[in-house]
Amino acid sequence: MVPNGGEIMAIKDLPMDEYILKGHAACPGCPATIALRITLKALGKKTILIVPACCSAVIQALHPHTAFNVPTLNIAFEASAAAASGVAAALKMLEKKDVLPVVWAGDGGSYDIGLQALSGALERGTDFIYICYNNQMYSNTGIQRSGATPYGAWTTTTWTGKKERQKELAEIVMAHHIPYVATATIAYPEDLYEKMKKAKEMKGPRYIEILSPCPPGWRFDMSKTVEMSKLAVETGAWVLYEVINGELKFTGYSKRILEGKERKPIEEWLKMQGRFRHLKPEDIEKIKQQLDEKWQHYKKIYGGKE
Amino acid sequence: MIIVDTANHIAALAAKMAKPHVIAAYPITPQTTIVERLAEYVEKGELNAEYIRVESEHSAMAACIAAAATGARTFTATSSHGLLLMHEMLHWAGLARLPVVMVNVNRAIGPGWNIWSDLNDSLAQRDTGWIQFYASSNQEVFDSVIQAYKIAENEEILLPAMVSYDGFILSHTSMPVEVPEQSKIDEFLPDFKPGWILDVENPITHGNIVPPEPYMEIRYSMQKAMEKAKKVIEEIGEEYGKKFGREYGLVEEYRCEDADYVIVAMAAMAAEAKVAVDELRQKGEKVGLLKLRTFRPFPHERLKHDKMIVIDRDICPGLGGIVYNEIKGNGSEIYGFIAGLGGVDVSYKDIERMYELAKEGKEGWYPTEVK
Ligand SMILES: Cc1ncc(C[n+]2csc(CCOP(=O)(O)OP(=O)(O)O)c2C)c(N)n1
Ligand code: SF4
Repeated sequence: MVPNGGEIMAIKDLPMDEYILKGHAACPGCPATIALRITLKALGKKTILIVPACCSAVIQALHPHTAFNVPTLNIAFEASAAAASGVAAALKMLEKKDVLPVVWAGDGGSYDIGLQALSGALERGTDFIYICYNNQMYSNTGIQRSGATPYGAWTTTTWTGKKERQKELAEIVMAHHIPYVATATIAYPEDLYEKMKKAKEMKGPRYIEILSPCPPGWRFDMSKTVEMSKLAVETGAWVLYEVINGELKFTGYSKRILEGKERKPIEEWLKMQGRFRHLKPEDIEKIKQQLDEKWQHYKKIYGGKE
Repeated sequence: MIIVDTANHIAALAAKMAKPHVIAAYPITPQTTIVERLAEYVEKGELNAEYIRVESEHSAMAACIAAAATGARTFTATSSHGLLLMHEMLHWAGLARLPVVMVNVNRAIGPGWNIWSDLNDSLAQRDTGWIQFYASSNQEVFDSVIQAYKIAENEEILLPAMVSYDGFILSHTSMPVEVPEQSKIDEFLPDFKPGWILDVENPITHGNIVPPEPYMEIRYSMQKAMEKAKKVIEEIGEEYGKKFGREYGLVEEYRCEDADYVIVAMAAMAAEAKVAVDELRQKGEKVGLLKLRTFRPFPHERLKHDKMIVIDRDICPGLGGIVYNEIKGNGSEIYGFIAGLGGVDVSYKDIERMYELAKEGKEGWYPTEVK
């Protein structure tokens, strides 16, 4: 149910339906829970959620209770996309055509250990939505580095800061020629909602990645989750776009940057996070350089169109 | 109808006749011709199923688990390294109590690469909560796959089931097999009624964090189901016998009545041992065979005799023969032989020789180190 029946212009226009119930076990200020709440508002009741090992397995709360009000299958860490293929195949055979399998996985389960299964499911055209909530590390096991951890970030397996750059999973996903790829983050719930809605209306493999700033993992105050998400976009550390049948369009604030709006200095985002506290000026220079390179690349794609 | 074909093609035919909704599979020698044949059935429209061409065996089992949790009857097949890669998901299927049915074609584990028969691959999965059958002929392969569904899906059991047989010795060897009418199979095997299901009208969460006490209950109920399965396997084996003329159970006793010694063997080794028993009987030796069909649940109570000779085509390094060690300590006098690993040929003559050696009080690695 959408209160004013029309376009989602603001948070107050989101449907009132709740699929994340009270009593979940997330940390205060948890981005994954905010993201899933909005996601399920868009996808609705006829969703089967598939969750690998990650924070979201814990957030559900303890058996025999659950805070998730859609059918949820927990599965092994690396197996969620393969499980989605199984659910999709069964739904087809049992003629439950209006039910949608949705993977809800962390970046560890997507960028790293689950990448093979993800690639396989995308390549074989599984009819599902794969959502990666990217908090840029393994938080379930206590903040270890992942393939999504940015250069310089402290984690409990990179005590002096990660020495390598993060990879771009969404771009790897794009190479699978699937109908829909999008990025989002929780500071822009309307954008996230609309992208989920759009994905829901399509067929075949769809991939959405949500930047999810995690207070304990990134070392910031739990009241600042939304701010951190917003700053990530405004500084260009995270970029919002969608790719429909291979055609990439930047969205929201990221589009505005490409239209000429200045990116806020990256230091503003870095200095709010304890995980970057140890960075030396030369590290920050390196991060800036990487960011410039990235935006040069986006500019080329954008090519001044629209 | 009598069909002459390889065990792999027979397994594919049995799977087809069980009418699975979802098949997820990945090729590996010597299993490959099963999944090739099934793909052909599906593409030709002879089998109405979704065939998921997964990118690994781990994913094959994950897909079967998820499909079963959505209410589908499922099938997969693998061998050796494929089965080992599935290991995590085998536990998952067991603990989730999802009656996935799988064929495993026994093959040695590398390095070095060895594609020949060896039972270590499936025996290494003994603690995963899967019912395990071992077949000694192509007919048994067919009959066991059909029964496996009915046993696994029994509402008091709800455990996954695996039918294993030797690579090449059976998998690629043609034998005559009596194949019942589809209508008779349909009568025998009712539709799958899931124990639990992912249903949008009645949402449940499966497999979230579970505290110690309920976890122990899950394990307890699994053990109870395994114990119960002994009875159900016998009952369903008997029902199958009444309907199709071939009866099955946990253990097949062959010429054991007055025997001084009984040989214990599984899979193709058991078929060879039958020949050895006949030969030895002709020479006046009082020897019989306990053909172990069901390795899990393990039928301890059926594996007793004054003097036993256990032949293992498998090895638990640091302990010895796996079947031997499962039986040991039951009060019988037991002689154990390790033989035929990695596909080393073991003929009935070798088994006769093992019998002679056991009579001399010897046992060990046949033929290299027998003491
Ligand atoms: C095969 C396997 N290896 C390791 C683990 C331990 N483990 C559980 S969750 C996790 C990290 C999850 O990280 P991510 O996917 O980023 O999700 P998050 O915890 O950040 O939500 C790890 C390493 C496991 N469950 N299974
Ligand atoms: S560690 Fe981070 S992602 Fe995990 S529950 Fe806490 S806030 Fe959410």
